[in-house]
Amino acid sequence: MELFSHLSIGFGVAFTPINLLYAFIGCLMGTLIGVLPGIGPLATIAMLLPATYALPPVSALIMLAGIYYGAQYGGSTTAILVNLPGEASSVVTVIDGYQMARQGRAGPALAAAGLGSFFAGCVGTLVLAGFAIPLTEVAFLFGPAEYFSLMVLGLIGAIVLASGSILKSVGVILLGLMMGLVGTDVNSGVARYSFDIPELTDGISLLAIAMGVFGYGEIISNLGKDESEREVFSADVKSLMPTREDFRNMAPAVLRGTILGSMLGILPGGGATMSAFAAYTIEKKVRMRPGEIPFGSGNIRGVAGPEAANNAASQTSFIPLLTLGIPPNAVMALMVGAMMIHNIQPGPQVMTSNPELFWGLIASMWIGNAMLVILNLPLIGLWIKLLTVPYRWLFPAIVMFCAIGVYSTNNNTFDIWMVGVFGILGYAFIKLGIEPAPLVLGLILGPMMEENLRRALLLSRGDWTVFFTRGLSASLLAVAALLLLIVLLPAVRKKREEAFVQE
Amino acid sequence: MTRTATRIKSQKDFFSGLLFIAVGVGFAWGATSYKIGDASRMGPGYFPLMLGVLLAVVGLLVMFMSLVVETEDGDPIGAIAWKPLFFIILANLTFGVLLGGLPSIGLPHMGLMAAIFALTFIAAMAGEEFKLKEVVVLAIVLAGLSYTAFIWLLSLQFPAWPAFISG
Repeated sequence: MELFSHLSIGFGVAFTPINLLYAFIGCLMGTLIGVLPGIGPLATIAMLLPATYALPPVSALIMLAGIYYGAQYGGSTTAILVNLPGEASSVVTVIDGYQMARQGRAGPALAAAGLGSFFAGCVGTLVLAGFAIPLTEVAFLFGPAEYFSLMVLGLIGAIVLASGSILKSVGVILLGLMMGLVGTDVNSGVARYSFDIPELTDGISLLAIAMGVFGYGEIISNLGKDESEREVFSADVKSLMPTREDFRNMAPAVLRGTILGSMLGILPGGGATMSAFAAYTIEKKVRMRPGEIPFGSGNIRGVAGPEAANNAASQTSFIPLLTLGIPPNAVMALMVGAMMIHNIQPGPQVMTSNPELFWGLIASMWIGNAMLVILNLPLIGLWIKLLTVPYRWLFPAIVMFCAIGVYSTNNNTFDIWMVGVFGILGYAFIKLGIEPAPLVLGLILGPMMEENLRRALLLSRGDWTVFFTRGLSASLLAVAALLLLIVLLPAVRKKREEAFVQE
Repeated sequence: MTRTATRIKSQKDFFSGLLFIAVGVGFAWGATSYKIGDASRMGPGYFPLMLGVLLAVVGLLVMFMSLVVETEDGDPIGAIAWKPLFFIILANLTFGVLLGGLPSIGLPHMGLMAAIFALTFIAAMAGEEFKLKEVVVLAIVLAGLSYTAFIWLLSLQFPAWPAFISG
């Protein structure tokens, strides 16, 4: 079995004591920061990214994977305990999870989320390992026109799945694409939109934008709210273990969620959110067992299904990233940024030129997942304590860690000020009801899209029909158009609005 | 709800549209100062011009919808939190200036420790209550933590102390 020999290379790389230690530290810090209320996974990863700079690439990626899973899990914990979804994909977890927490069943809810995620993560890793090679071969069929069309599809996917107005999401993505173009143009050497500021010729730091928009913007908005509007943790956690009845209910839900998530995660555009919503809808449709608690008032299936789906999808969403080099969602875009800082350009060539790194990363994802279960179930008491830390101690610390983190990237104070500038923008976004996550995606894709568009049109001598006459490119665009059409249909549009509104 | 003087039906969308139009036009206008080229030979201005125009169009659409589509409460932007906005950004600015100095006006760096104390004090003023004792403790804890983590453990190249002490 080729698959297993590949996985064994990966585990050989990842399973060294020192790398296990990095995975552990990554998970620990990711959960630690991710669990703090008001800090979503994006801000967490951005803040912790600088901690990996000093490490060799493989260890850095392993630690990043740990941070990524830790941040996701920390986010679910906050969602369940405080009724505060840190990101779109945990919005559904909140519905039943918080109700369980209010009934003193926070323990089983957290265990269901943790165990469900772990199972889904294992399956997702296998799917990822199995699909990686065939998909890399597909990648070699891709010319610039196909890449461009795929990115269009990815962006349309992100628009469709973003919460809120479709038009505004299009605007945010365009804004992100343009910000990605700031800096020296690789083809002509012209410094674009740099206003003669030398620091801007290298482009705007991705970290500065992520920290400003998701860190500072959120803090300013939180402080602007009345204290009473902030959700406070009040539930108490009695026992952690789900009952036998709970297990019987959640096992099939986890299975369904995993299958759904693994499939949807491969789609470009951020499968995690969509699969969490889809899993919840499916669970609601499945017939209730006698004596089961209705959905919306603390059904464990409503936590287990979406959490499994969400995690399976975040696993398989590495597939488009690793095989085609295209990030499918905002978190992955940040991961691409991180890899580029470590001089790794994600894409099909990674697997052939650097198999240890590639399979090591896949193995480390599984390790990250396992680490989470080991770490979180016993440490849950500690995470809960963290939730009671008053916000007035928390926010100065966040401001400080953002500033130090971004400074450590280039040792440049200019980046610190950019965080401030983007903090103002982030606050403006919140005030205007603009969902900022697609901005990061656009930012990473901006230069890639321009490059591929330029190449495609150079090859076709300026003929735009090239995107429609090449079969693969045309079908990708057709899917994108179809997606857009579906959400614009009045019936679907109404459903979609309801889905994002319900909490 | 009575009809108000303005005919804006969604305040949030109206100003979102305005933001998009302003940025889109700005980018498109900026793009014209670079070589545009044509589709077969795109200059550095081609793609930004395209995006800028597209964003301005999207902005116009958003703005148009905000004047046409009825909302329940007019989608108000609400009060702007000037106090947190001011102090958080000021804390950030001060941190940068103290950490790195301002070579353009000949201000030497004051180092990480001073920067953290200043940041904590200024940022804390953004909150509803300011308890001096608590803030002092918080600043000491944060400074100690950062010194251990960034200067000892990760040995990052940070100036920890003011230039006139460490030289």
